[in-house]
Amino acid sequence: MWPNFPLFPDAASSVAREVDALYLGWLAISLFFSLLIGALIVVFFMKYRRRAWRRFGSTADIKTLPVEVTWSVIPLVIALSMFAWGAKVFFDQMRPPADAVGFYGVAKQWMWKFQHPEGVREINALHVPVGQPIQITLTSEDVIHSLFIPAFRVKTDVLPGRYTTLWFEATKPGEYHLFCTEYCGTEHSRMIGTVYALAPEDYETWLATGRTGVPLRVSGGELFGRFACDTCHRMERATPELPARGPSLAGLFGTEVELVGGGTVTADETYLRRSILEPQAHVVAGWQPIMPTFKGQMSEEQLNALVDYVKSLPAGTQTADEDGAPGAAGESPASNAG
Amino acid sequence: MSSLHAEHGPRHHPALAHHFEDLEQQKEASSFGMWVFLVTEIMFFGGLFCAYLIYRRASFAAFAEASATLDIDLGAFNTAVLIGSSLTMALAVWSAQMSRKKLVVLFLLATFVLGGVFLGVKVVEYGHKFHEHHVPGRHFEWENPATEAGAEMFFSLYFAMTGLHASHMVVGMGLILFLLVPAWRGRYGRDYYNPIECFGLYWHFVDIVWIFLFPLLYLIGRHGVPGGH
Amino acid sequence: MSTSAATALPEPNYLSAGWTLRSWLLTKDHKRIAILYMVSVTLFFVLGGVFAFLARLELLTPAGDMVTADVYNRLFTMHGVIMVFFFLIPSVPAVLGNFLVPLMIGAKDLAFPRINLLSWYLFMIGGTITVAAILLGGVDTGWTFYTPYSTVYSNSHVVLTVIGVFINGFSSILTGLNFIVTIHRMRAPGLTWFRLPLFIWAHYATSLIMILGTPVVAITLLLVAVERLLHLGIFDPALGGDPVLFQHLFWFYSHPAVYIMILPSMGVVSELIAAFARKKVFGYHFVAFASIAIAILGFLVWGHHLFVSGQSTYAGLVFSVLSMLVAIPSAVKVFNWTATLHQGSISRETPMLYALGFIGLFTIGGLTGVMLATTGIDVHVHDTYFVVAHFHYIMVGGAIMGYLGGLHYWWPKITGRLYPRFWSKISALLVFIGFNLTFFPQFILGYLGMPRRYWSYPEEFQVLNVLSTAGATILGVGYVFPLVYLLYSLRRGAAAGDNPWGAAGLEWETTSPPPTFNFEHEPVVTGGPYDFTNVKEALFDE
Repeated sequence: MWPNFPLFPDAASSVAREVDALYLGWLAISLFFSLLIGALIVVFFMKYRRRAWRRFGSTADIKTLPVEVTWSVIPLVIALSMFAWGAKVFFDQMRPPADAVGFYGVAKQWMWKFQHPEGVREINALHVPVGQPIQITLTSEDVIHSLFIPAFRVKTDVLPGRYTTLWFEATKPGEYHLFCTEYCGTEHSRMIGTVYALAPEDYETWLATGRTGVPLRVSGGELFGRFACDTCHRMERATPELPARGPSLAGLFGTEVELVGGGTVTADETYLRRSILEPQAHVVAGWQPIMPTFKGQMSEEQLNALVDYVKSLPAGTQTADEDGAPGAAGESPASNAG
Repeated sequence: MSSLHAEHGPRHHPALAHHFEDLEQQKEASSFGMWVFLVTEIMFFGGLFCAYLIYRRASFAAFAEASATLDIDLGAFNTAVLIGSSLTMALAVWSAQMSRKKLVVLFLLATFVLGGVFLGVKVVEYGHKFHEHHVPGRHFEWENPATEAGAEMFFSLYFAMTGLHASHMVVGMGLILFLLVPAWRGRYGRDYYNPIECFGLYWHFVDIVWIFLFPLLYLIGRHGVPGGH
Repeated sequence: MSTSAATALPEPNYLSAGWTLRSWLLTKDHKRIAILYMVSVTLFFVLGGVFAFLARLELLTPAGDMVTADVYNRLFTMHGVIMVFFFLIPSVPAVLGNFLVPLMIGAKDLAFPRINLLSWYLFMIGGTITVAAILLGGVDTGWTFYTPYSTVYSNSHVVLTVIGVFINGFSSILTGLNFIVTIHRMRAPGLTWFRLPLFIWAHYATSLIMILGTPVVAITLLLVAVERLLHLGIFDPALGGDPVLFQHLFWFYSHPAVYIMILPSMGVVSELIAAFARKKVFGYHFVAFASIAIAILGFLVWGHHLFVSGQSTYAGLVFSVLSMLVAIPSAVKVFNWTATLHQGSISRETPMLYALGFIGLFTIGGLTGVMLATTGIDVHVHDTYFVVAHFHYIMVGGAIMGYLGGLHYWWPKITGRLYPRFWSKISALLVFIGFNLTFFPQFILGYLGMPRRYWSYPEEFQVLNVLSTAGATILGVGYVFPLVYLLYSLRRGAAAGDNPWGAAGLEWETTSPPPTFNFEHEPVVTGGPYDFTNVKEALFDE
């Protein structure tokens, strides 16, 4: 069992070391205070042991205020400093860099389904290239799950009915555990998988070898046509003969949208998803609430593809090619999700 | 703090419990206890109000539409009935303080009757909702698909909140029956009217909860400003 | 050890005031109600402990090979439900609090004796319903009942269990109400607020939380039951509801609940330190205010359970900084207790051993708590064994050791009997060692990434799991010992006398056991607490 007896996890992502530093910082502080209190207790226990000539404790009236203030303020300062440090690490964990590549993930009892932007799908496994920030947009088909990759020090709950995101940049090739860490029913402890971090060349090889997949955006574009979204959300400029029935989606992602009745909402992934499933929830100002709902008509993976497609539409695309192909991949506006 | 000067008279009052110094301490303790209990009731209803506020903000239009299907006349009538019952309850407490036994019984009965009227009207209202298929669950029906989910949420909260309130009224009416017997026997008077007063506090609280429920549930968006909050 | 043979107890006393079942089941005496609670919480503790032990046995091996996953999920759920709601919340307040609050303030009983009895019946009814749910197959949602799993997907007795917990909640509310009114209105003449023992301050603060927090979880669980039965959508996203709203409402109570579980034990520790160092508690006012501060701040931090739930980053930071604040009063208490030992006259009796164990283990538990409050760390360790270790350090290393220490301190007062001191020290040692062996490895497991509520796990986690189970076995043995020797003492223990420990406090100025109405003559208080000037010697001065 000894070789198989780790006491500290692998650090395999760009944030892992900062998280570990924060942890070790607290460990040091904790060790200090625990040993301090422990030592004082032991010393006092021995030194002031009850004796025949010391039947009672001292009754001296000590001015407690100065010492109380001291030992309130010092821990407060320490705690607030650690809070601030922790906040910095937290921002790093929660905010993906602008060039993060968008993956999608769907959790369901009891498996993980991942979609690469190139269209490759994996179940309970996730191949990623080292050195590339990756953001995974996640949703659940049923109950609350939670995606956890200990070696990367990242985690997010995965909720039904909305998106949450997680991002990481793998720094070391290797195989790492992937766990579901929000209790989700009978097979919760078997809803696990492996992240395969590969050197970029190996990743390209893996991607190319025997894996067919339509890029997510392209399949999203197909769905856009198949579900007739383009009959109302036209790409062409509106004309009096063919007035637009729905707002243009060009360059929509990431912008602020004004809604009927005042108020605005940010057009993030959750907004896009909700607009497809509950179109009346956020009607855009100046438009009629005539969009039908597509609830129950498509799977989470198809929704992900559609959302990814709309994300990719650059601003100013008022004309489209015949097959509705979007702008070049990688030109999508910065995503501010999360 | 307890009185150090317990006289023999009050000390032997039949209502004085053995662990209290005197009636004064007992009265203060029981009133204070009832106030503490009402605080817990505020927190109990509070959870529902919190859920209501959150969902109302998320689906205001649906909430307004659903609220409009409630019978505002019946709701207003019920509000008047409950306020009236608080008046009769306050008069019952006053009568007890005046040691006027018959009036105590009269006003307790009046409160009971008014409470019954309130509940009767609620039964009628619930019946309407049942027939209109506005009861959430399997048989819920709503014409406007755009606001269906929000409307069902509204009605879930409507039934939860008014149901919780109604159950508190039923308990209250049961307690009135309990109080009637010793009231008839003249047990409450100038020296000792704790139970009536404490129950009065409870009844007023239940009334106040309704005074919040009525505008929140019945009067959404009815102030005449189109599309406003 | 006293050399006199078991002698008769002073008469009349509350125990000999009636021998019939009726005199116990319809009692209004707070001391008898405390005993009723003592027996019932012990039974629940054993039940919850058995479930834990079975779960730990399963975890000896990485594969799920002892019970099915479904059974395992029910085991850990029932362990949590029973321990939290039917042991940790009631134990110190309903057993020690009920017994001691009137005695410590010089009153004849609590303000509302019949409501006190009603509390116990509500506890028993809630407990019976929950046990019925167990016998029918149990619940597998985790004690946290997260939706939509609990409301839509679970195939277990969710409704029955939440009804049991719901009813039990009212037991808690009524106990808190009773304590608040009693402490406000029934103090003996001369007993001003700042002359109250810290045990009373702790129970007052606890009672504030009980009355303000419990109703919220009550309505939340009621909504879960209604949603499950009637297919409503308040928390179900498929019907437009918000599952994270459930989490907010649930933790709004359940975070303050952990302070319900720890504050009373902190009150016990204050009493133990004072009595067994024969010295007034250092910084009395600060410790008293710290209890109130914990109660208030405890209501502001619930969102630290939701850092990775989809809650906004900024909300997370607000809850993180507030959680740092709530740690300070606890730290202040630890420092004050330690300072009390300085220049004390320290006895090595069992209650003191438990008190010192509490301080050490609570310190570790508390420090790991601020680690969890640090957002950057929590992202990694949330929902792992790190959290499990943290709260067991507080609940078992803290709360339960406080309860045991209090039980061993006031046992002579409650029963009039002395227990075998040698065996009690051995138990304390076994509990301390067993506890650390059980839970320290779990910190390591958590940081390694082992998730909570896992029936099977990757092989490399096995060694630490085996250590943990070994510790649990020792801990279990340590808990069995007091059951044996405390019961033994009822028959064979020497009579304790009024004040065997030479402690200060109104409870020690009456007989052991006390008469039904507590005091021969109403006490009049002329000075502060922990005044040893007129206190006799202890029976055992080691």
